[in-house]
Amino acid sequence: MESMSVMAEDMGYDPRAGQTRDEIEGTTQEERARQLGMMSEQLKNRSMEVFFEVGEDENYVYPYAQLVDFNKRTELDCEGKPTTQVNKDIRALMEEGYGTIVLKNPRGMHSVGVGILNKLNLIVEGSIGYFGVGLIDGPNVRISGRVGWSCGENMMSGTVVIEKNAGSTFGAAMRGGDLVCKGSVGSRTGIDQKGGTIIVGGDTGAFSGFMMQRGRMVVCGNAGKNLGDSMYDGTIYVGGEIRDLGVDAVPAELTDLDKAWLTRKLTQYDLMPEKGVDHFTKIVAGKQLWNYDNLEPNEKKLIL
Amino acid sequence: MCGIAGLIHRGKSSDVGSEMTSMLTALKHRGPDSTGFAVYGEPNAGDYVMRLKVAEQEDMASGYDMKDKIDARIGEVEKRLAEHKASIKSKDAATPYAMRYVIAHDGDTEAMARYIEDVEGTEILSLGNALELIKDLGDANVVADNYGLRDFKGTHGIGHTRMATESDVDIRSAHPYWAFPYNDVAVVHNGQITNYWLKRRQMEQKGHRFMSSCDSELLAVYTADNLANGATLEDSLRSSIEEIDGVFTYLVATRDELGMAKDTMAAKPLVLYESDDMIAMASEEVAIRAILPQEIDTTDPYDEEIRVWKA
Repeated sequence: MESMSVMAEDMGYDPRAGQTRDEIEGTTQEERARQLGMMSEQLKNRSMEVFFEVGEDENYVYPYAQLVDFNKRTELDCEGKPTTQVNKDIRALMEEGYGTIVLKNPRGMHSVGVGILNKLNLIVEGSIGYFGVGLIDGPNVRISGRVGWSCGENMMSGTVVIEKNAGSTFGAAMRGGDLVCKGSVGSRTGIDQKGGTIIVGGDTGAFSGFMMQRGRMVVCGNAGKNLGDSMYDGTIYVGGEIRDLGVDAVPAELTDLDKAWLTRKLTQYDLMPEKGVDHFTKIVAGKQLWNYDNLEPNEKKLIL
Repeated sequence: MCGIAGLIHRGKSSDVGSEMTSMLTALKHRGPDSTGFAVYGEPNAGDYVMRLKVAEQEDMASGYDMKDKIDARIGEVEKRLAEHKASIKSKDAATPYAMRYVIAHDGDTEAMARYIEDVEGTEILSLGNALELIKDLGDANVVADNYGLRDFKGTHGIGHTRMATESDVDIRSAHPYWAFPYNDVAVVHNGQITNYWLKRRQMEQKGHRFMSSCDSELLAVYTADNLANGATLEDSLRSSIEEIDGVFTYLVATRDELGMAKDTMAAKPLVLYESDDMIAMASEEVAIRAILPQEIDTTDPYDEEIRVWKA
């Protein structure tokens, strides 16, 4: 960089024309960036990046997270309310310190409980529709009914336990936490999963684990076609039959560590099969697709 | 993104009209452009119910002489019915452009239907012994009220709320589609069919008629073609998984059956509830909950899954 600036001065061109060296050094980097037309967008509130420092306990929660008391319990009736109102009511109750909220009569309502970035016990008595409890960071959710498509999408931490079935794209792009469905789920479970654990007590549909990048998925029943297609990393355990594997998904040895982890997780959610976990098949990425764009055409054909 | 719904009561009649209206009202957010119902009552032995339109809703505002044209078209339709020795037992008009006839006829219904559709602006929406096919612009409540659907009693029905993506907002592009010329067969579809033009040309070469450029119509024509070749409803649904490209979930209703098929990618939703008394299905659970407030178990059909239920 130094040589370039020397070159520029030698050529009689000053990239910082109009300002003396003292003026430039007297400004901050942010001011200089603004003068160059950068940083025109003001990042505020939720879009502002939050940095966590080890040793500062208060930085482990969001600055606007509510202090709630799990022993303070209330009920919220969803009957006749639009989803936005229900989610606002949940937020208002958390601001009042309620740490256990029971949702009544959700009746397949969409987008219930999204974006809760807080400690909370959320109990849903009934079934919810699409995008339920997506983007959550922290709460423990228990749903007594069924959930629609994209439950727990982009979930960051916490626990979600569903007693009945779930729809497709269950836990899509999930980043952390435990997402558990005790029944069967639809297709594309854990598509683009980036972390956390998905546990399915029953079967899963086609394209489960598609483009999975990290995390673990456990399916106690059968898996549909193209399991783990184009997965980049992560691990899938299947207790039943696999219809077929997707591109670059390969079986791997089930180690003692895997068995111990499976036993612990499945016992935790009361899903431990009677015959144990020895029969599970472990699927991982073959990693043949890594750096796919840099391969020669003939090499690409060999992989696909 | 369209919404589809289906309902079948096993072995008994029920308030299918109001139930389907409630289900489609709950799906309004999936498509507000038009709404359609295909509901099945007690079969009318010997008599046919024919629903037809003689103009589009938008035509009504397009010319000072539209009313005269519509009267002339209705006159021509009735003249052609008489030429085919069909006697009109009753005649209703829910809107100025949509007619419902109950007719007695024992001749070739396909030839009669083709002759009637030659009248300008005329399309037979349905023809059958049990089927009543209603479709128009607006949401489920508007259409149900305009056509007096809420009091309809029957065994089963399918419905559709449409968000127009690939063809116009008009009645001819609205669902359900009647599987011309098969009495009492109707289809609703959610998805996109990517080999539409290829299959349409094949069907047209076989003599099938297309009244719109909506890809969903292909499924009705495809089903009619299969039934003409002796296939059962189940055969037709199964072969469609292989032969129709794209992402789709569709429902087909006949006089006593209701079937569903989901494509190989399982990219379009359907939620299913089954009990000893009834089967309900819809794009979203919220539609099923609109008629079944109690806690129920529902499932998602998987890719390439087909199902057929008897009424």
